[in-house]
Amino acid sequence: MNRYLAFFVLMLLVAPLMAGQARSGYAYLTPEARELQDDDFGNPGLASVDEGQALFYQPGANGKPCAACHGDQGEKLDPERIARYPVYSERLRKPITLREKIRQCRSDKQGGPALDYASPDAVALESFVRRLALGVPVAVDVSGPMAAHYAAGKQLFHTRWGQVDIACHQCHDYHAGKHFRGQILTQGQTNGMPVYRLATGEIAGTHERISQCLTSLRAEPFAIGSPEYIDFEVYMNARGNGLKIETPAIRY
Amino acid sequence: MKRFSIHFGLVLILVAGRAVAGDKPPEPAYFSWQVKDFAIDRPLGGRVGVAERGMAVASDGHRGNCLACHLLPISRDEVFGDLGPPLAGIASRQSVGAIRLHVVDQSYFNPETVMPGFYRRPEKLHRVAKAYRGRPFLSAQQIEDVVAWLATLK
Repeated sequence: MNRYLAFFVLMLLVAPLMAGQARSGYAYLTPEARELQDDDFGNPGLASVDEGQALFYQPGANGKPCAACHGDQGEKLDPERIARYPVYSERLRKPITLREKIRQCRSDKQGGPALDYASPDAVALESFVRRLALGVPVAVDVSGPMAAHYAAGKQLFHTRWGQVDIACHQCHDYHAGKHFRGQILTQGQTNGMPVYRLATGEIAGTHERISQCLTSLRAEPFAIGSPEYIDFEVYMNARGNGLKIETPAIRY
Repeated sequence: MKRFSIHFGLVLILVAGRAVAGDKPPEPAYFSWQVKDFAIDRPLGGRVGVAERGMAVASDGHRGNCLACHLLPISRDEVFGDLGPPLAGIASRQSVGAIRLHVVDQSYFNPETVMPGFYRRPEKLHRVAKAYRGRPFLSAQQIEDVVAWLATLK
């Protein structure tokens, strides 16, 4: 009897910790999928990283490639800084995602041509840059003016969408680890973004992935790079603060 | 509960008009429904459900897709989900009216449910994609078919 009581007390102590803990989607993968993600040659998401690296050497309109400032392997970029995106821009008075930062660099420092937020090139460059922070814990600062964006993103994450009428948190906060048909639901963390999806055979960043979710809920997706998706990204990245970056992760 | 009965009269008039005209009435986009004691006792739009068709709707990934979340007592070789409870024997635990409300709008039982509202009032939905606007996930006939099938699970 005492043993049961001890177990009960232990669960009372441990349950709140378990409930609030962020878990990477990696935790829900099959051993085969984990192996694929960890394979430095076989991970199919690395194609996007390689594409990004090629673009990193490509000169902009003013003749300067990214590598001219950031080093041949991007070694002058600070991985800790990469893990802090989105960050707040005092000048623009809005959160700047990593992909937006890359776009700014192209326009402001390389003289263009402008990089479309939704273009495969933008996804590839984001993949390459975020890969530089592999293993670094996500650390988004949501204090000060970011608090409002975090709150807005949380609101979006808790809104029922589309004809199916389900909110993100109802699957990803309450039911992670359970099965939706053959698929295991994850917490919907973003530490592996952009991810290679086994279901589609394509690479997807946070905005693309939310669009896919909204479409499956029979909702009208927002535009890639829209203020709504940026707020989503602020909330979702911060929600996974402490998780190590896995780009390009393998997910369903 | 009153708000759900607003359109009911209008829809009846429409249906009656069609019937007088001699056509087989096409399914209107939405019928109103009323909840009493956590049940919807009247079939949606007065439709009569057919259990066999209901089983097909329940196990079709593009229609009811019930098996995505529930273990269903069907013999086909399927992959079932486990977000919701198994539905074998549901009719010995719930009245038909309660089963109907579960399928129509589970949020009456649990406001935080992950179960889609298969027949919520379309105006209550947010940002529905163009192709699906103005109507609920399932039609009244499909709801009644599914309810008829679930009612056989004793």
